[in-house]
Amino acid sequence: MYKYDEIDQAIVDQRVDQYRDQVRRFLAGELSDEEFRPLRLQNGLYIQRHAPMLRIAVPYGTLSSRQLHKLGDIAQRYDRGYGHFSTRQNLQLNWPKLEDTPDILAELATVQMHAIQTSGNCIRNITTDQFAGVAPDEVIDPRAVAEIIRQWSTFHPEFALLPRKFKIAVSGTKQDRAIVQAHDIGLEFYYDDQQKMAIKVWVGGGLGRTPILGSVIREHLEWQHILTYCEAIIRVYNLHGRRDNSFKARIKILAKALGIDEFRRQVDEEWQHLKDGPNTITEAELARVSQYFTAMPYENLPAHDAGFDSAIASNPAFAAWVKRCVHAHKQSGYRAVTLSLKPHGKAPGDITSEQMHVVADLAEKYSFGELRASHEQNLILTDVKLSDLYSVWEVARANGLATPNIGLLTDIICCPGGDFCSLANAKSIPIAEAIQMQFDNLDYLHDIGELELNISGCMNACGHHHVGHIGILGVDKDGSEWYQVTLGGKQGNDASLGTVIGRAFAAEEMPGVVQRLIEVYLRERTDEERFIDTVRRIGITPFKEHVYAKQEEATHV
Amino acid sequence: MSNLIRNNAIVNDEWTTVTLPAGEEVVRKQAGKVVMFKLTGEQSCTPEQIAATVIPASGKIIVPLSVWLARKAELAPRLAKGELGIWLATHEVLESLIDAVDDINQLPIIAVFVERFADGRIFSIGTLLRTRYSYKNELRAFGDVLRDQLFFLKRSGFDSYLIRADRSAEDALASLQDFSQPYQGAVDETQPVWRRVQR
Repeated sequence: MYKYDEIDQAIVDQRVDQYRDQVRRFLAGELSDEEFRPLRLQNGLYIQRHAPMLRIAVPYGTLSSRQLHKLGDIAQRYDRGYGHFSTRQNLQLNWPKLEDTPDILAELATVQMHAIQTSGNCIRNITTDQFAGVAPDEVIDPRAVAEIIRQWSTFHPEFALLPRKFKIAVSGTKQDRAIVQAHDIGLEFYYDDQQKMAIKVWVGGGLGRTPILGSVIREHLEWQHILTYCEAIIRVYNLHGRRDNSFKARIKILAKALGIDEFRRQVDEEWQHLKDGPNTITEAELARVSQYFTAMPYENLPAHDAGFDSAIASNPAFAAWVKRCVHAHKQSGYRAVTLSLKPHGKAPGDITSEQMHVVADLAEKYSFGELRASHEQNLILTDVKLSDLYSVWEVARANGLATPNIGLLTDIICCPGGDFCSLANAKSIPIAEAIQMQFDNLDYLHDIGELELNISGCMNACGHHHVGHIGILGVDKDGSEWYQVTLGGKQGNDASLGTVIGRAFAAEEMPGVVQRLIEVYLRERTDEERFIDTVRRIGITPFKEHVYAKQEEATHV
Repeated sequence: MSNLIRNNAIVNDEWTTVTLPAGEEVVRKQAGKVVMFKLTGEQSCTPEQIAATVIPASGKIIVPLSVWLARKAELAPRLAKGELGIWLATHEVLESLIDAVDDINQLPIIAVFVERFADGRIFSIGTLLRTRYSYKNELRAFGDVLRDQLFFLKRSGFDSYLIRADRSAEDALASLQDFSQPYQGAVDETQPVWRRVQR
């Protein structure tokens, strides 16, 4: 992974000094609440319901063992001994003290980490596929370019105070796992017919209050122009995006209002002035950054391992875990492993300090000292030998990190919700926990098969509910908490947004509602169909009828 | 004491900024909230306000773009003497300033008014003036200008900052040195780090 040189280090160190002085001025009364707000947000600090929340950047989800150990120490020392991985592959601390935040950042800087631009109206953390570099279907490893974009976007002076937040995702696989179509800018890498690295550029996607999938603004962009082309897009947005209404301030609203053709025309006009300028990436710079993302020093291993095969045959629990949590790898004899942060009945994405140390040790011992955070809020060891899987499983299982539910109904994507977040209309974690307990039977869970369930506590959609096969949105009705259900959302190349099935439900109804949706699926599915396939084939009506029919019966009894 | 920073020093302001007389301020609301920002291209003043704007008879003045556009004949001699600059607000269209003078470098000073700290349009306006339109003279930010914008303003081509009256310019001066080696190329340092330094 990328290693800081003295220039990178100076930037994070100087940022700590700058932020420390901003906090000092705020506490001394030299900065008003309103003036401090954009400053603290650009450093990932929210003022929440109970305490501040600090969001720490994990660029494109990549962490080293050393960094995770440090995060575990920080959570222990400055928080309540746990952290929360978010849907933007970042780590959030829910209980730090404002006065401590400069010290936390100083600690982070010692392991080449920071909280720069993890919030606020600026370019946010770049996200990508958690299997970048090891996925068998990968065409181009996008991490080097993601790092170049990270550096370019860090304190970009022209785009320091945009109309609204700005999210960029990069993907280089056949199967998109980075939801490029749901980002302000989505960059899809491929080799063109000259065998040169090129990018298909999507713009104006986003979830939130107005969910819209992005449009293609450019089918073919040569890689060296990424930065100048992004500058052209963001400049048009910075000047013309709405600032009068924060609900209409994302780039998607501007792109829709102008229409993609007019928006493209304006961007191209800007780009004519920027193209081939100094921010054009050189071969030398790409080569310099790429050297940090070369293949790991793999051993030459056979495709099969006798010990592994016999463990699968003799141990059903291990076999179930392998089926769900172990993923194909482009190197023979290696696998990627997802450590589930979704044990049933616990807040999705939460991890204790002890678990962080365990995972860091596992990565150190079995996976070249590196790991990834996924936007599904799990952790991944990317390079584990087949022969080591059993040992990894034993340690993971002993530490509550081996729930075999990856990709299944209880692998719920969930925002912190009303328990923590001051924006939320409703709690989301207790809903996730109740649904997990409803489907706690693993055989049943496996029988239901692949299903993505996403929960957001408000329309800001941090839980990405619009792209969940089942999406749950917390809404506020006359001061009480209700939940609206959408069906048929999907991430990936054939992304779609879910459709609302009808009136909202009370919290205690939710496990039953999900149960009834599953009943329809089990009744209607063909042999090979996943939940989403059945929804797409038969539409939402049968689901709706079953859910609300039961409801009516219940009220009449 | 002056609150103007120019070329990394606190200096006296030679210029008088001419403002429009208060017009009828319509308070716009959306969902019960007062709308804080004007959209780019939105009307900024009335003909009555322009007509009623008082221009000092002598000395160096910075006049609103709308006043320059409407009262060019009257103000042209001042420009010829090098005593006239123009200011525009972040929601005004930069191209109308460009079109309003034969050569942008006739203006000894251009000032950009930022009503609210969070309005980042000022950075694009500065960048465009310096790069697209090759403006070379003094470029000033005024309004809700506080120390934490200065580094970005400097990088966007501004060289003059009138710090909000209730804040210390001396404190603000220090922030121009916040970062020693920025990553990306911008107006002040056009080369990105990978073209400047052997990494």
